[in-house]
Amino acid sequence: MRCEDLTELASAMADEEQTELLTLQAQEHLETCLRCQAEIAQYRKLIKALRVLRAEVLVPAPGFLNDVLTSLEEAGERGGLRLLLGGRKAAYAGGLAMATAAGAAGVIVLVGRSRQRRIGLAG
Amino acid sequence: MVCAGSNPVMPEAMADLVAAARGGDKSAFDELVRVTFPDTYTLAYRLVGHEEDARDVVQEAYLRAYRGLGNFRGDAQFTTWLYRITANCASTHLGKRRRHRHEEMPDDDLVPDTHFVGDPAAQSDATALRAELHTALQALPPKLRAVVVLRDVYDLPHEAIAEELGISESAAKVRLHRARRQLRERLFPLPGEEGASHAV
Repeated sequence: MRCEDLTELASAMADEEQTELLTLQAQEHLETCLRCQAEIAQYRKLIKALRVLRAEVLVPAPGFLNDVLTSLEEAGERGGLRLLLGGRKAAYAGGLAMATAAGAAGVIVLVGRSRQRRIGLAG
Repeated sequence: MVCAGSNPVMPEAMADLVAAARGGDKSAFDELVRVTFPDTYTLAYRLVGHEEDARDVVQEAYLRAYRGLGNFRGDAQFTTWLYRITANCASTHLGKRRRHRHEEMPDDDLVPDTHFVGDPAAQSDATALRAELHTALQALPPKLRAVVVLRDVYDLPHEAIAEELGISESAAKVRLHRARRQLRERLFPLPGEEGASHAV
């Protein structure tokens, strides 16, 4: 086992991940190799420093929050308008379908009556 | 400008706001934006490394969150859900930018922004290590930076990172290892690595 073989795992081990995946050979190497131990210790320092950044926030330029809220407002209005237009479209389609059905029923009734008249005249 | 930390909002209060926003209360969503805004901007900035791009990412992230609030199941924290959306927007944004600015900007090699380093207020607040860490993060290729920021700063699981960046989990782990290695060699070099530490 060489240090190069362990370096791929060193950052994961520092994060206490994959420690269980270490082979016996790797564990034996790690117990005796000061360089690998130092590398893992340095990774731990790095990860600790990165975690500290979580508590730090950047403040964007003034006015940007309002820009975001305005864009959300506009998106909300557009969404509402779409909903409204969608509702109107459905109402138009429903009305059209009903008118078509009524027209078809009227034609059927008229055709039926004219047939009855023809039969009456023939009789 | 850097400040020490955001104003934490109690999880219960956040949950109430989320519930109200999901019920159609627009002012509740606006309040969610107000309380999460600094964190979201900070994450976006860390991912894209540029103020103007970070603003675009934040705008897009909140629009997506607003439209997708009905899909938020509440099995994770709202902030975690928002981080994932922000990461996804940043990834899309960086992809578009690479395509549009290919000639101006070499792939995976953003010009480091001195936003953190040059700001005197930030320098007075931050330790030397922190300033160096910011610089080192900015110098990382965006693909590597995204993974290390999401994993080590924001504690997102590998699976979520892979999903939002559109890569496999194993690719996310490889990128994390490469990013950590570049940062460690630069910030905490081992004997013999000092000479190569700034050739990131």
